[in-house]
Amino acid sequence: MSAKTLFEKVWDAHVVAPETADTPAILYIDLHLVHEVTSPQAFTELRERGLKLRRPDRILATLDHSTPTLPAAANGERPYANDEAKAQVAQLEANCREFGVELHGWDSNDRGIVHVIGPELGATQPGMTIVCGDSHTSTHGAFGALAFGIGTTEVGHVMATQCLLQRKPKTLAIYVDGHLPKGVGAKDLILHIIGEIGVDGGTGYVIEYRGDAIEALSMDERMTVCNMSIEAGARAGLIAPDDTTFNWLKGRPRAPQGEAWETAVAKWRALRTDAGAAYDREVRIDASKVKPTVTYGTHPGMAIAMDKPVPAARSAQETRALAYMHSEPGKPMQGMPVDVVFVGSCTNSRLSDLREAANILRGHRVASGVRMLVVPGSEAVRRDAEREGLHQVFTEAGAEWRVPGCSMCIAMNGDLAQPGQLVVSTSNRNFEGRQGKGARTVLASPATAAASALAGVIADPREYLTEAAA
Amino acid sequence: MKPITRIHSRTAVLADENIDTDRIIPARFLTTTERAGLGKLCFHDWRYQPDGSDNPAFPLNKPEAKGCSILVAGRNFGCGSSREHAPWALLDYGIKAVICSEIADIFRNNALKNGLLAIVISDAEHNWLLSHPGLELTIDVRGQFIALADGGHVPFKLEAFARHCLLNGVDQLGYLLQHADAITTYEQQLEHAA
Repeated sequence: MSAKTLFEKVWDAHVVAPETADTPAILYIDLHLVHEVTSPQAFTELRERGLKLRRPDRILATLDHSTPTLPAAANGERPYANDEAKAQVAQLEANCREFGVELHGWDSNDRGIVHVIGPELGATQPGMTIVCGDSHTSTHGAFGALAFGIGTTEVGHVMATQCLLQRKPKTLAIYVDGHLPKGVGAKDLILHIIGEIGVDGGTGYVIEYRGDAIEALSMDERMTVCNMSIEAGARAGLIAPDDTTFNWLKGRPRAPQGEAWETAVAKWRALRTDAGAAYDREVRIDASKVKPTVTYGTHPGMAIAMDKPVPAARSAQETRALAYMHSEPGKPMQGMPVDVVFVGSCTNSRLSDLREAANILRGHRVASGVRMLVVPGSEAVRRDAEREGLHQVFTEAGAEWRVPGCSMCIAMNGDLAQPGQLVVSTSNRNFEGRQGKGARTVLASPATAAASALAGVIADPREYLTEAAA
Repeated sequence: MKPITRIHSRTAVLADENIDTDRIIPARFLTTTERAGLGKLCFHDWRYQPDGSDNPAFPLNKPEAKGCSILVAGRNFGCGSSREHAPWALLDYGIKAVICSEIADIFRNNALKNGLLAIVISDAEHNWLLSHPGLELTIDVRGQFIALADGGHVPFKLEAFARHCLLNGVDQLGYLLQHADAITTYEQQLEHAA
């Protein structure tokens, strides 16, 4: 048997019909995650065609994008941004009832951002194929699953057939050698990687992240890295499962239990790229060179160490991007005045992210004039954070502590920045207007976001970590 | 889907690279539960001024771009989110084909599944089209080439199945449903292995 990459092992195990010159492969999907924004038209199509869900047991739905992050009023009324958002949520609730889908809705203790709750529930498992009408589905690749975003037409395909028509993508290995310096985290690493390979550097590829620095990451950190694979254009990003993965998954509600757990782990251990297996392309990154990294333009590929001078524009688009951001070539991003700080999103809203921000904020106040929003990724994260008193750290620092949702990452629920405001954000996209029309987004780690909230300007978290540790 | 064999139009050009799906349709409009009627929101924050009037600086607002159904866009068009609202909005706005030197994966998939031609050509030919807006073109899906008014031909490759579906108006869900037996067999093997 020829040597295979991790991706090829997962792909091959899910081929219902192999691809030919004329037809794509029919690929079986183990887990389909659903949210309110990209599913209504798919449910409508099924209804119009008189189709049922092929495997309702393989679908998991939640409410996250259009949902308010302020709590319900005493009468139970939720502060939706508008009637359409409210109707969209009601539509998913109705669709789930009609089609028999398990919905983690308002009354669930597990509701949250779809890419946070899948892993939390143990629904995300190594070796699976996972899709969702959401590009950040790549997050689940952190478990050695092949996970990618699809459009609404394909959401309908999976609902009706549990399969997708897919051409086999190419493979890209990103080796991250060495160790990340102290005070530098997974977010800095992935921003650095995208800065190196470019916003389209992964187009057509599935990335496998490998190397010492990757193996040393926690599951939360691996999810942060895989989450942003799409920001380099990649279809998916994977990391081979290991003891870190298994220890994290063990005992979660949907994970195999008892004897089945042992059998599963034995099988999952084989999910590694064989020696001698070839990738279509390989890139090497030196972890020791990574510094606290932020974006300076209007796509995630325009990323740089915050203390390095912003490079000169190389195209008309970059000139426009720098003007939009008020970034000045030759000057570093560090020190740029900040209006809003957002900690949250499927990239950085897990317990460790909140701890990272809280460790810097503890006992301090957010700079005057800065608005800070902290939005946990799920009800479970919210409970755990409150048990540790993190919510108090945030509110005492002057930040707003919200209920779970996508919030200001996509800014479609009413959580948004005003035109011209600069947002230091732990989310994944710094596109023009992404966080509100005219809002300027700087992507950063939770530590950088917290340090910048205290300083009122983009700040190096390492200066604050020393203080916090002392 | 109706069969599509060729598209004839003048070209409009949006030369910016990395035009993301948030620029094609801002996220705040994604609260809809319909596919229809998104054309008026296409390129919303680029196309309109704050008072709601047309932004004269937006290239597709220029008189010569009116009625153009072929868009030549800068490299990496459609990057960002998986929202199918992007091709729905473009089609409803009147765009029937996007020509580029590179198109983001998910957007390209979504576009072709809706009959929006997503055509990738070489850098040199792309650069030439970018710098010559308003050209009369015919995109020939069967022959996989772009015919220019001066007799020039620019070849492109569509994925074979996507091309077959465009030419014959094939319903891809219908195609998948025809494989129900193979899917059942696969599922039985899964249960057996578990």
